[in-house]
Amino acid sequence: MGSLGSKMKKVWELYRDGFRNMTWGRSLWWLVLLKLFILFAILRVFFFKPAMAGMSDREKSEAVGERITQQPHNQTDTLNLITD
Amino acid sequence: MDIVIWSRIQFAMTAAYHWLFVPLTLGLALVMAVMETLYVVKKDDFWKKTAKFWMKLFAVNFAVGIATGIILEFEFGTNWSNYSWFVGDMFGAPLAIEGILAFFMEATFFAVMFFGWEKVSKKFHLASTWLTGIGATISAYWILVANGWMQNPVGTTFNPDTVRSEMASATAFWEVISNPVAVSKFFHSVTSGWLTGGIFTVGVSCWYLLKGREKRFAKSSIIVGGLVGLLGCGCVMLTGDASGVHAAEFQPMKLAAAEGLEDGGRGAAFTIVPGIRVPKMLSFLATHDFNGYVPGINDILRGYTDNDGNVVPSVAEKMRMGRTALDALAEYRSLRESDPAAAAAARAVLEQNVQYMGYGHLEKPEDVIPPVGVVFWAFRLMVGIGMLMALALLLTLFFAWKDRIASKRWLLWAAIWCIPLVYICGQCGWIVAEVGRQPWTIQGLLPVNVAISSLSAGAVRTTFFVFLAVFALFLAIEIRIMLGAIRKGPEVEPENA
Repeated sequence: MGSLGSKMKKVWELYRDGFRNMTWGRSLWWLVLLKLFILFAILRVFFFKPAMAGMSDREKSEAVGERITQQPHNQTDTLNLITD
Repeated sequence: MDIVIWSRIQFAMTAAYHWLFVPLTLGLALVMAVMETLYVVKKDDFWKKTAKFWMKLFAVNFAVGIATGIILEFEFGTNWSNYSWFVGDMFGAPLAIEGILAFFMEATFFAVMFFGWEKVSKKFHLASTWLTGIGATISAYWILVANGWMQNPVGTTFNPDTVRSEMASATAFWEVISNPVAVSKFFHSVTSGWLTGGIFTVGVSCWYLLKGREKRFAKSSIIVGGLVGLLGCGCVMLTGDASGVHAAEFQPMKLAAAEGLEDGGRGAAFTIVPGIRVPKMLSFLATHDFNGYVPGINDILRGYTDNDGNVVPSVAEKMRMGRTALDALAEYRSLRESDPAAAAAARAVLEQNVQYMGYGHLEKPEDVIPPVGVVFWAFRLMVGIGMLMALALLLTLFFAWKDRIASKRWLLWAAIWCIPLVYICGQCGWIVAEVGRQPWTIQGLLPVNVAISSLSAGAVRTTFFVFLAVFALFLAIEIRIMLGAIRKGPEVEPENA
């Protein structure tokens, strides 16, 4: 247990000291955080709501099943022309 | 433009943007791992400093590229909801594995690589550097398993109750992950990343030589980067050959479009550029037989007999079977609760025709033809630039080996110009792969016009321009940081990260 605790402490120190001693890496982290904020707090929330959010699986399968069984209206004529 | 076009343009832009960062991540990971290995083996601090410089550029690229793939997943849910539902089971597994694996491997080994120089042993650090690259490579595999399935949907069964492609059998997962299209696509994409990393390393190093700076560092980096790039180039050619054979087998229309081949046949010629053809070469590349049969666009429309003697129906016939499948699906779904016997009969009809289900959505047979000009020229640009890269790498390696490269200013400039060219080459590869498979999101099963959500074109257009602005901003930031780091050079590195 003591050995595990000591290893965990070393891992913690690796990350802690690494972040503390960063110089140019710090601006990269800010860039990553800014990007994640834009992606998840702005784009995801305001622009990319899943189209079928809030539907149950059954409702989703009904909606997709309905769409997938619709066929183009002018298809029959085209196929007849090809056959002719 | 309609919703389908806007959704496709938006997805294409996001995927192309994502692919600006991935190949350099994969390629620089190998370059810096080789350099650190030289440091550990030779016990020469020069290689440590060299590896650390390329790690710095790797980190800049990684930081800007991180999470750009997530935007594609946003688009799946919003713009391509029918598709997302249709593939949910099949797509969810590889993407979830990719996400978990990438997070844990990269969060662990990436941290040791940057923070652990003075904290862990040399060998542990070296292992972490290699594992960072291996983790990124394995992540790419899972993504390409998902993409490969869209090109060649193996291992799944269409379930008319859930309207999903599901991995129903015990061997399904294995079939999906060992899909030959996914395997060849993985090696082709990853090794093209090695080529990109090699070209980038050589190009940046040549800039130092032009400026008369960092001479030992630049020459050593040219040799490592050049060898990695050449290895990548050779592997890209070999795996490209496999991709061609798979296209001939699973997506013959893509191959016909890439060749601009209207009427095929046995002993088909390969078109280098219009007017210049190599007899029988296309047959050899597609089938490994100089007299192998390669169908052209018209053959595919009319139907043909393939090399194994199988009769491939005409597109009109496939459309008929597709319509039968869709009618049976509608009948099954309307009768499954009220009349189980009739529903079972409809299901049997569906299962007989399901492989052509997507064709039922086409309006006319010509809808299966992708934009031929785009695919034809993208393929030629990809191959032509790839050959230029190979030549540039051979020359820079030769003169660096002879210690005469600094005096070859034309070659130094050429190597720098290879950096944008290698990105164009990679983008062209994806254009061939993705535009060439139109109109399908899932080959033969789901065309793009059925895969999209019920949104307005205006909504997608708005998000397209929002993305364009955000992407342009971040790309400008990356280039600025990257150029700043390059100008500063490897000599000035007091920090550990």
